[in-house]
Amino acid sequence: MAKLYSKSHEWVEVQEGSRARVGVSDYAQKELGDIVFLELPDVGKEFHKAEQFGTIESTKSVSELFLPLAGKIVAVNQAVIDNPALVNQDPEGEGWLVEIEIEDKTQLEELLSPQDYRSFIAQEH
Amino acid sequence: MPYIPHTPKERQEMLETIGKKSLCQLFETLPVDLRLRKELNLDRGLSEKEALDFIKQLAAKNKNLDAYNSFLGGGVYPHFVPAALKAILQQGGFYTSYTPYQAEASQGTLQAIYEYQSYICLLTGMDVTSASLYDGASAVAESILMARRINKRKKVLLGRSLHPEYRQVVKTYTAGIEIDIEELKWDKEGKILLPELEMNLNDDVSAVVVALPNFFGLVEDIKTITTLAHKHNALVIVVANPLFLSLVQPLSYYEVDIVCGEGQILGQRAYWGGETFGFIATRQEFLRKIPGRIVGRTTDKKGEEGFVLTLQAREQHIRREKATSNICSNQSLNALACSVYLSLLGEQGIKALAERIFSRAHYLYEQLVSKKLVQEVFGSHFWGEFVVKIPHLEQVGKEMKKHRILAGVKLGKLYPQLENCLLVFVDGDKSKKDLDSFVQTLEKLI
Amino acid sequence: MKKKLIFEKNVAGRRGFSFSKDDVPRYLWEDFLPAELKRKEKLYFPQLSELDVVRHYSRLAEMNFSVDKNFYPLGSCTMKYNPKMNELAAEERGFSQLHPYQEEEDVQGMLELLYLLEKVLVEITGMEHFSFQPAAGAAGELSGMLMIKKFFLQRKDFLRQEVIVPDSSHGTNPASATLAGFKVVTIKSSQEGLVDIDALSRICGSRTAALMLTNPNTLGLFEEKIWDMAEIVHKQGGLLYYDGANLNPLLGKVRISDMGFDIMHINLHKTFATPHGGGGPGGGPVGARGKLKEFLPLPLIGKSEDRFYLEYKLPNSIGRVRSFYGNIPVMVKAFAYLLRLGKEGLLRVAEHAVLNANYLKEKLKNYYEPATDKPCWHEVVFAGLKNKTTNVRTFDIAKRLIDYGVHPPTVYFPLIVKEALMIEPTETESKQILDEFAGVMEAIAKEAVDNPQLVKEAPHTTPVGRLDEAKAARQPQLRWVPPSA
Repeated sequence: MAKLYSKSHEWVEVQEGSRARVGVSDYAQKELGDIVFLELPDVGKEFHKAEQFGTIESTKSVSELFLPLAGKIVAVNQAVIDNPALVNQDPEGEGWLVEIEIEDKTQLEELLSPQDYRSFIAQEH
Repeated sequence: MPYIPHTPKERQEMLETIGKKSLCQLFETLPVDLRLRKELNLDRGLSEKEALDFIKQLAAKNKNLDAYNSFLGGGVYPHFVPAALKAILQQGGFYTSYTPYQAEASQGTLQAIYEYQSYICLLTGMDVTSASLYDGASAVAESILMARRINKRKKVLLGRSLHPEYRQVVKTYTAGIEIDIEELKWDKEGKILLPELEMNLNDDVSAVVVALPNFFGLVEDIKTITTLAHKHNALVIVVANPLFLSLVQPLSYYEVDIVCGEGQILGQRAYWGGETFGFIATRQEFLRKIPGRIVGRTTDKKGEEGFVLTLQAREQHIRREKATSNICSNQSLNALACSVYLSLLGEQGIKALAERIFSRAHYLYEQLVSKKLVQEVFGSHFWGEFVVKIPHLEQVGKEMKKHRILAGVKLGKLYPQLENCLLVFVDGDKSKKDLDSFVQTLEKLI
Repeated sequence: MKKKLIFEKNVAGRRGFSFSKDDVPRYLWEDFLPAELKRKEKLYFPQLSELDVVRHYSRLAEMNFSVDKNFYPLGSCTMKYNPKMNELAAEERGFSQLHPYQEEEDVQGMLELLYLLEKVLVEITGMEHFSFQPAAGAAGELSGMLMIKKFFLQRKDFLRQEVIVPDSSHGTNPASATLAGFKVVTIKSSQEGLVDIDALSRICGSRTAALMLTNPNTLGLFEEKIWDMAEIVHKQGGLLYYDGANLNPLLGKVRISDMGFDIMHINLHKTFATPHGGGGPGGGPVGARGKLKEFLPLPLIGKSEDRFYLEYKLPNSIGRVRSFYGNIPVMVKAFAYLLRLGKEGLLRVAEHAVLNANYLKEKLKNYYEPATDKPCWHEVVFAGLKNKTTNVRTFDIAKRLIDYGVHPPTVYFPLIVKEALMIEPTETESKQILDEFAGVMEAIAKEAVDNPQLVKEAPHTTPVGRLDEAKAARQPQLRWVPPSA
């Protein structure tokens, strides 16, 4: 299944069943610059839609990470915690941040398709 | 005009370049009704000699410590500052530069701060520190705010035996936010009353603040306090005298969470309590919660090692209202003085100095007590400063002063229950004669 | 010689310090203090001779750009010349050898100096009293915010939880307001770089505790509608806080109180020429007028007959914001500077600070994009190079300036200007220096087209090249670690 995006520049990719991966978009990665530190939640924590679930720190800023969908954290990518540069190198692949158990799949419909996201950032610019 | 190099001709040329007729025209965006229509009611400017003479005359109206055999301490500990330290601080490369925002043009300051950070970590036994805070009092306040950021709890326990001014500053800093400061009594030995601490500890407590030594010079039981606090996952903030720390096991051995304090005793002149620095150090895991600038070591493209300001995303110039602190200007030059002082003292020197203070304080205390010139108050578990009781202290103090002795800090004004109690600090450069003269003078008066 | 940390210069057995005669009996730790607390570990401090230490630090001092050596037009920081006389004045032992617990009768000269300094600051700004406690500008801001907080609390006006700051403000403003427990409301600047009055009217209301403002603002522009802004805020029951970071061009021209401000701080290390010390110490006295002055930090300086005293009888005071009385040497230096300038000198400072900035604006505007068309005050902000076809950024220009011996201006601030280059020449720089600087800036603008790689890889003349900031933050090395540890 293709990735879906939020206006706060996170992506979601449904894996199997109601399990999904979440990360930041390539556009966000470029805007933030060199990522140096990530603060991610513990497995088992639950979040509402659009609730802050962590922070992403670059040499120039600290930004909040918002969960695009309500859900429970089921996995955290240890590789990006050990090596935050991974988010710069492969933001929409190996640089994923967390996996969640989606609470309500209908919320997927409210997210942007890759095309819509592209035109959204074109607009924002 | 002083310090303005423009000649009338240059001024004219510059105005012409801008297309203005006069200096006044430069201010045309200043609304007319706001303009100051009169001269400031101040004197005319003075020559350098006139100004210096005037200031010297003010300085001469003060009775400075040179005139006395002084035993004043209580947070500010006058001591000899080596000539080499002064000479280094007076170099323009240090004192006329600013925060090293541009690393390549500021490697000197950056390396000096890196070395300062190293010294503070070595002294405290902690992993990380920042480039200095204003003073000991604000360092305690910042530590409390940091603890609150870490565990989001809202209660802080601190000993009433912490410096009275520090406690006042903590109160001021935390007035606007939701945080409860509870003060703990001291026991008959002048240390935090442990049963009271234990009773007040619960899972709402963010941090326990303990001074080492405390305001009365007494050495608190860090180990027990830490054990008690950690039972409730409360953090322990030690407000340490950094010179004393040279004699103490690294505080990390006691699993202390934050060490902060006042740096005056490390090479800073007294200046009426004025220009010192504060420090804050902590464990690696809390690195991103620490306030103030931090210098780190890195490399350039060619692999050459150098220093930069790092982890700046914590700071106000980037994070604005979400910063870990509002601090911008700190006490960088004073932190440099600390590094220079410690470099001159070295491994042996600092311990020798701390031991000299210890021996001198205990010698004087023993003399005073054994000759029954004073009453004991808290006993002798102290390092360099102690409390004794002297009947009619006010009168006795005045008489001592007539004999050119400043006997110490009178505690009655700071703690009403310590009426007639005197806090005596003994500097490491005091001779036996200086100490004996304290004893003999008091002997004559009583 | 290879550069080494001071710790790596250790030679066991060396010493750089001497102690007075040791004729006092030795006492043993174990007899008085817990044995387990006694240090058994080495400290790993280096052992060095006095010359080792002097040379190490003198070499470090040489590696810094500084006002004594370089043009240092760091915007918002007012890096003016630090007169040497001020250092001499602060060296007086009558100041340096004073203990804060000495009696008032022993420190009359100190108190008199602060009393006189306060009078001058009052006359310049129109405030009624200053407290010298705050150690720096941000500490002054925090004090001011706490005063405002207490002021409303006392009136049981619990609703006033918001402080308005422009998006062009110094980062310390929102940080200080937050620290004092306020919610920060950011107001967008208008197209021309000023506070948007209509937006202010909309935002300002019964929740507004204060508007925090610096004027001229960080774009170097005077907020011409300051009086209207003051009226809007005051009408809603709010207060006006003046961030004194940009006070330099106002000296003798306009008073802070006349613009409607109730409370303010002064950065003595900016406007009054006390040295910046590689990042501090500063001095941030906080001043207030009207009802607000009762809330100033303790103590104030009082005078009765010809005796000076510390005034603690201020029941509404927010209390202390630091121990004792402030950064004393900074106060002595600022006072010395003010004595030298006098009333006419202050006015000349303001005029020449503005002259220099406008002159640079004129000289640079063909190569760099002015952030606004309006006449500037003490500093001028450019939005990077005029020629947008090159990939040379403000960052690169800053680094290239170092090769020419100029300390770079403030960059990427204010945040609302893209590629911002914020230049504050100050009044103490001569036309020759400004012309030279303009020549260098022009040369770099040309290099950006002819040889962009040269600029992008600058600096080339420094002990180190561009440093890897990402590496520094990803693998923090923040201290020297003893080899054996």
